[in-house]
Amino acid sequence: MTTNETLIKVEGLKKAFGKVEVLKGINIDIKKGEVVVIIGPSGCGKSTFLRTLNLLEEPTGGHIYFEGTDITSKSANINLHRQKIGMVFQQFNLFPHMTILKNMTLAPMKLLKVSKEDAEKRALELLERVGLADRADSYPAQLSGGQKQRVAIVRALCMQPDVMLFDEPTSALDPEMVGEVLEVMKNLANEGMTMAIVTHEMGFAREVADRVIFIDEGVIAEEGTPEEIFKNPKSDRLKDFLGKVL
Amino acid sequence: MSEFFQEFKRVMFENNRFDFILDGLKNTFLITLGSLILGIALGVIVAIIRSTYDKNKLHLQKNGGISYYLFSFFNAICQLYLTVIRGTPVVVQLMIFYFIIFASTDNGVLVATFAFGINSGAYVAEIFRSGIMAVDNGQFEAGRSLGLNYIQTMIYIVVPQMFKVVLPTLCNEFIVLLKETSVAGYVGVIDLTKAGNTIAGRTFSYFIPLISVAVIYLVVVIILTKLVGMLERRLRNSDH
Repeated sequence: MTTNETLIKVEGLKKAFGKVEVLKGINIDIKKGEVVVIIGPSGCGKSTFLRTLNLLEEPTGGHIYFEGTDITSKSANINLHRQKIGMVFQQFNLFPHMTILKNMTLAPMKLLKVSKEDAEKRALELLERVGLADRADSYPAQLSGGQKQRVAIVRALCMQPDVMLFDEPTSALDPEMVGEVLEVMKNLANEGMTMAIVTHEMGFAREVADRVIFIDEGVIAEEGTPEEIFKNPKSDRLKDFLGKVL
Repeated sequence: MSEFFQEFKRVMFENNRFDFILDGLKNTFLITLGSLILGIALGVIVAIIRSTYDKNKLHLQKNGGISYYLFSFFNAICQLYLTVIRGTPVVVQLMIFYFIIFASTDNGVLVATFAFGINSGAYVAEIFRSGIMAVDNGQFEAGRSLGLNYIQTMIYIVVPQMFKVVLPTLCNEFIVLLKETSVAGYVGVIDLTKAGNTIAGRTFSYFIPLISVAVIYLVVVIILTKLVGMLERRLRNSDH
C-alpha cells in the first residue's frame, strides 16, 4: 500500500520536559499509505514522539512537515492540520456527556460544516463497519473498553483524516478485548490508511507494519521491515528489548 | 397557648406589619437571584481566564508576543479581584458600594445585588476553576486532536463536564448567598432580616419577629437543600 508520496517528514525533532530531554533528534519520513509501528522500552519517548506529530506535545527543536507544510512554524494553523490527523488514545477519551453519535458528529459539524443529516449518516456507516450501529444512542459509560476504543477510532475517522495516530490503543483493555480493536485497525491498514502506531502488541506489529521503528533513549535506534527487526535485530539494545517482550 | 397566638397576631399582623415580611422576603429573593446570576457570569469569565493562563503560561511565555502580556495582565486583575473580595468582609464591601461608589443612587436593592454579585463571583470563580481542573486532561486533548480550537474545546467539551462536577457546590453557594444577604439592612434595604428587626422596633417585642424570620430562612434553606439533594441524585443517575 505504501506510495512514494511523503505525508509526514520529521527533521531533527527534539522534546525536553524542563531539563529532561526525551527526544534527542528524530528523523523519519512517513509515506502515504504506510503503516509505521513504533516500539521501544517504556519511557523511551515513543508516546511523546507520537504526540508531537499533532503537536499535543510541542517540540523544543526540529521540524515536522505535514503534507508539505511545516506545522511547527508559528504561522501554521495547527487546528486545520489536526483535522487531517486523527488520534486514538490509550484511555479512549470519549466525551462522557454525549451519546456515541454526538461524539462522532460534533467535530465534522462544527469544523467541516457538514449538515447534521450527513454527519449522522457517515457516523452510522462507520459504526456499522465496526459492528456498533446499535450503540449510536448509548453513552460511553454504557460501553465496554473494546467498544469504546472502536468508537474512538471511528470518531477520528469521521473527520476523514489523512493519517491516524494510535497511542497504545490496546494497553488499557482487558485481554479478551484487544483482538476486536486490532481487527478494526488491521482493516483500516488494508484500506490504505496511513498509520503511526505505538504499541506493545508485537504480533500485530509483525503482521500489519510496513516498517517498524525501534526508539531507545530518545533516538531511532533501529528501523526496518518487521522481518528485519524481529528476525534479524542488529543492535544489542533491540535484541535485549525483544528478548524481554517476545 | 392561645395567649401566645394572640400576641403573635398582634405583633406580626396588626397595622399591616406582615407586609414588611412579604416585602423583605421578596427583596431577599431578588438580591439573591440577581447576585447569583451576576456571580456565575463573573465566575465563568474569571475561572476561564485563570485556568487558561495556568495551562498555557509556559507556551505563551515561550512564543512571547502580545498575547502573553495580555493574559498576564488579565490574570493579574483576576488575582487582585479574588484577593480583595475574599479578604474583606461582605458587609464592608456592601457599604463601600452603597455609600462611596454608588453614593448617587438610593436604589438599595440594585446596589446590594451588585455588591453581593461581585462578592459571590469571587467564590464561584474558584468553584468553577476547581471544576475545570477536575475534568480529565485527556478530554481536552481529545477535543484538540479533532481540530477544535481552545475555545471550542472549552465550550463543547470541558465546560459542560465542569458544570456537572460543580452543580451541587454551586447550589450550596446559592444557599450561603441567601443567608449572606441578611446584612443588606446595613444600606437601608428592607430584606427579610431588616423586616423582622423593623417589626421588633415598632412593637418592642423581639422574640416573635426574630424567631419568625429565623423560621422563614430555615424553611427556605431546607427546601433548597432538598432540591439540591434531588439534583445530585439525578446527576449521579445519569453517570450510569
